[in-house]
Amino acid sequence: MEYFAIIFGAIFINNIVLSRFLGICPFLGVSKSTSTAIGMGGAVLFVMTIATIVTYLIFQFLLVPFGITYLQTVAYILVIAFLVQVVEIVLKKISPELYRALGVFLPLITTNCAILGVAILVIQQDFNLLESVVFAIANAIGFTLAIVLFSSLREQLELAELPTAMKGVPAALVVAGILSMAFMGFSGMSF
Amino acid sequence: MSSRSIITQLTKGISRENPVFVLLLGLCPVLGVTSTAINGLGMGLATTFVLIMSNIVISLIKHLIPSKVRIPSFIVVIASFVTVVDLLMAGYLPALHEQLGLFIPLIVVNCIVLGRAESFASRNDLFPAFLDGVSMGIGFTYALVILGGIRELLGSYSLFGLKILEGDGLLVFVLAPGAFIALGFIIAFFEWRKSIATKAKKAA
Repeated sequence: MEYFAIIFGAIFINNIVLSRFLGICPFLGVSKSTSTAIGMGGAVLFVMTIATIVTYLIFQFLLVPFGITYLQTVAYILVIAFLVQVVEIVLKKISPELYRALGVFLPLITTNCAILGVAILVIQQDFNLLESVVFAIANAIGFTLAIVLFSSLREQLELAELPTAMKGVPAALVVAGILSMAFMGFSGMSF
Repeated sequence: MSSRSIITQLTKGISRENPVFVLLLGLCPVLGVTSTAINGLGMGLATTFVLIMSNIVISLIKHLIPSKVRIPSFIVVIASFVTVVDLLMAGYLPALHEQLGLFIPLIVVNCIVLGRAESFASRNDLFPAFLDGVSMGIGFTYALVILGGIRELLGSYSLFGLKILEGDGLLVFVLAPGAFIALGFIIAFFEWRKSIATKAKKAA
């Protein structure tokens, strides 16, 4: 039941993009077509899960014992940047197919604040390791859901007749607002 | 450097190269913390501090950094100043720190800070880099205050915590959807102004 609350909460109630406002850059940047949106979602799922596990272990077994938790931000961002590089190299070697699908998105992920955001959130919410992993996966699914829904809306938006000033990003933002409003409907549900 | 070019340097962040409304950088904190004008101002000033300090340090040590590891080095410099801001705010402004929460450590991944370090500070001397930090910081703060002000005004009929109109306001502007919608319309306004300016130039 507890895990269900974490999963449902992360995907729908506090959707990472539409309600927490993390990962807006890729949300607006790579959502022009549904296939790239799915690729980005896959890459985020992959990196977010690994990054959360690694940063969690570093926090509990390195920063806490040495009493240097104030170095959290510095340590996390370095670990994430390093991790993205490693994932890229390993993926290239062991699964060229997956690398071809996700490759272009991987470098972008270092500056995706959703990754760092989730890594910090699991510490703030005092999750244990298993809960952290579940939380990371659920958030990545929430991100993918939001970006895929949004990209299919944007594909339709290309065909709409709009005033020139509203074309492109402004119209996309308004649509994102309406999508976020739809997700707010879940906020009445509590467990 | 002439005083004229200093002024153009300083004002570029506000209009022509506004990091938020024109360059569309660093939108996560822009949407996340602007439920009121005060929050926007606090976040803007915190980011400005990080921008100025990291620009100064990066421009000073640019010759010491091998170009292959420049991005991680920049990130370490930025992350150090973010930690400084985080601790200072937790100590002196606990209420604001609580409100901004997660977005303070996330200044590290704000594309504006890394973007200026890479594209400006690492190629220029100390003084222009400092000016660039000030200018971009002012532009970012200005954008946050405008968006926060509009959301606060429409959402709770008040500004900087002062009640302007009677009534409760349109709640949606304080909540998440309002952030997207308000920012969409502000960017549309900037686009519209730009199109008028280019039209006037063509006519002239």
